[in-house]
Amino acid sequence: MKLTRALEILPKSLWVFHCNSGSCNGCDIEIVATITPRYDIERFGMKLVGSPRHADVLLVTGPVTKYMTERLRRIYEQVPDPKVVIVVGNCGASGDVFYKSYSLDGPVDNIIPVDVYVHGCPPRPEAIIEGAAKAVLLLEKKREELLKAGASR
Amino acid sequence: MSAGSHKTYRIPIGPVHVGLKEPVTTWLDVDGERIVKATVRPGSIHRGIEWMARERNPIQVIYLAERICGICSFTHIVAFLRAVEDAAKIEVPIRAQYIRSLVLELERVHSHILWAGVACYTFGYDSAFNLGMLLREKVMDVLEALTGNRVNYGVGTVGGVRRDLTPRAAKAVREMIEFYRREFQTFLDVVTEDPIAKARMRNVGVLSQEDAVKYCALGPTARGSGLRVDLRHSSPYEAYGDLGVTPLVPQDYNGEVFGDVYDRFFVRVMEVIQSLELLEKIVDGIPEGPITWEPKLPKVLSALKAADGIGWGIIEGPRGDDTHVVKLTKGEENVTWWKVRAPTYANAVSWPLMFKDQEIADAPLIINSIDPCISCMERILVSDARAGRSEILTRARLVERCREKTRRLMGA
Repeated sequence: MKLTRALEILPKSLWVFHCNSGSCNGCDIEIVATITPRYDIERFGMKLVGSPRHADVLLVTGPVTKYMTERLRRIYEQVPDPKVVIVVGNCGASGDVFYKSYSLDGPVDNIIPVDVYVHGCPPRPEAIIEGAAKAVLLLEKKREELLKAGASR
Repeated sequence: MSAGSHKTYRIPIGPVHVGLKEPVTTWLDVDGERIVKATVRPGSIHRGIEWMARERNPIQVIYLAERICGICSFTHIVAFLRAVEDAAKIEVPIRAQYIRSLVLELERVHSHILWAGVACYTFGYDSAFNLGMLLREKVMDVLEALTGNRVNYGVGTVGGVRRDLTPRAAKAVREMIEFYRREFQTFLDVVTEDPIAKARMRNVGVLSQEDAVKYCALGPTARGSGLRVDLRHSSPYEAYGDLGVTPLVPQDYNGEVFGDVYDRFFVRVMEVIQSLELLEKIVDGIPEGPITWEPKLPKVLSALKAADGIGWGIIEGPRGDDTHVVKLTKGEENVTWWKVRAPTYANAVSWPLMFKDQEIADAPLIINSIDPCISCMERILVSDARAGRSEILTRARLVERCREKTRRLMGA
């Protein structure tokens, strides 16, 4: 399946749990902009859910402060397989402007495995939608792998 | 049930919670549906920004200051720049002051509309939330036309601004003002005239006028309790001296003041309309002239290296007074120390008062009603960090100070 077609022939709508691990809010308001009428990714059935146990995708923003490390790990473990982790924003990917801080354990890939990076500080809503499209492909791949390994539907 | 047999239960909310957009931990002691006591534990997204600034020069710190908070980013930049300019005795051209005020007001519009939308979302009024977010995209377009970015605009620099107000951008601002005059009233009507929305907000999370003074509430939270406080009025900065801002309080419109969530909501949405007037005055009255004190960056940096002293910058952000204090030392490139006091910290202290005797279902609404910006709030308290006393800044000490602050807040 090509990336451009990923949102057209959607096998499953992504349900997303959003964890802010110490971001400045910039990415978080762009995520809100992504799900509200102008960009409206909810028209594909993708939405933010209230519990990690309902989610397919864990969306992480922020450079992961020491207090949030353990919480982030716990949230990651609660998301059922197959799961995809999207990091939105430069600070989750590399630390960005917060490099050299004493109170950070991040970036995110120090703590949990990351599948998709969305760059920008903050990324535009279009970039976040592209990240979601990549996550759809990855999730399908992971599901197939799990089925091959003998997991039941 | 008799009064003596009551048992309270402790409900933790956060740090990651669906009702909260940012991590903060709150423990509510509840008796049935009634909140008896509330404890707030900040510090979950403390990133040590003030500490990082000690290894960077003021121009680099601008971009760090911007990322204290992504919603009131320009407020933090302007407060920081005013502090640096105060310390280095740099004069900002009048055109640059007008452009700063312009972006500050645009930011206030987008922040207040975002908050009003999120408040509606919190009590389950999703159509109003989506309407608010749809309206908000217009001001985001204007900010993008003016600065090139939707969030974290990066237009401020020491001694001025980096982008001029082009005639095209001015036209976009005018169009936006017309658009909001036409469309924003709809949003105001669907919320303020909706009986259920009113019932959810009226007499919820009351903060009396005396308590607002006693607990140092700031900005719209204080104005919602009927206090006429607004730095744009009482100590005008940038172009506000020419614009004539009057503090907006609910008693001027509704005749009485409750100090509840509804009043805070009302103040914020009316301030959007007030900001439109200010924006019109700015676009009409902007003078010609240079936009920076010195366009060459190396010259600015050498002037900052030669500067010595402490500078203050205090401005009225969308959430209240934002104070930055900066110390520059002669011969040193980097900022010696920098202290930020964002409005949420002062406002969050009044949370326990607002929670008292409220229903548990109103808790997220009360948390949201001060427009909390947790990422603004997470500061360290380093009051003295001159060379030779750098041992203050060891991590253990900082963590301890962070906890001290928590304990102080818990005691409040």
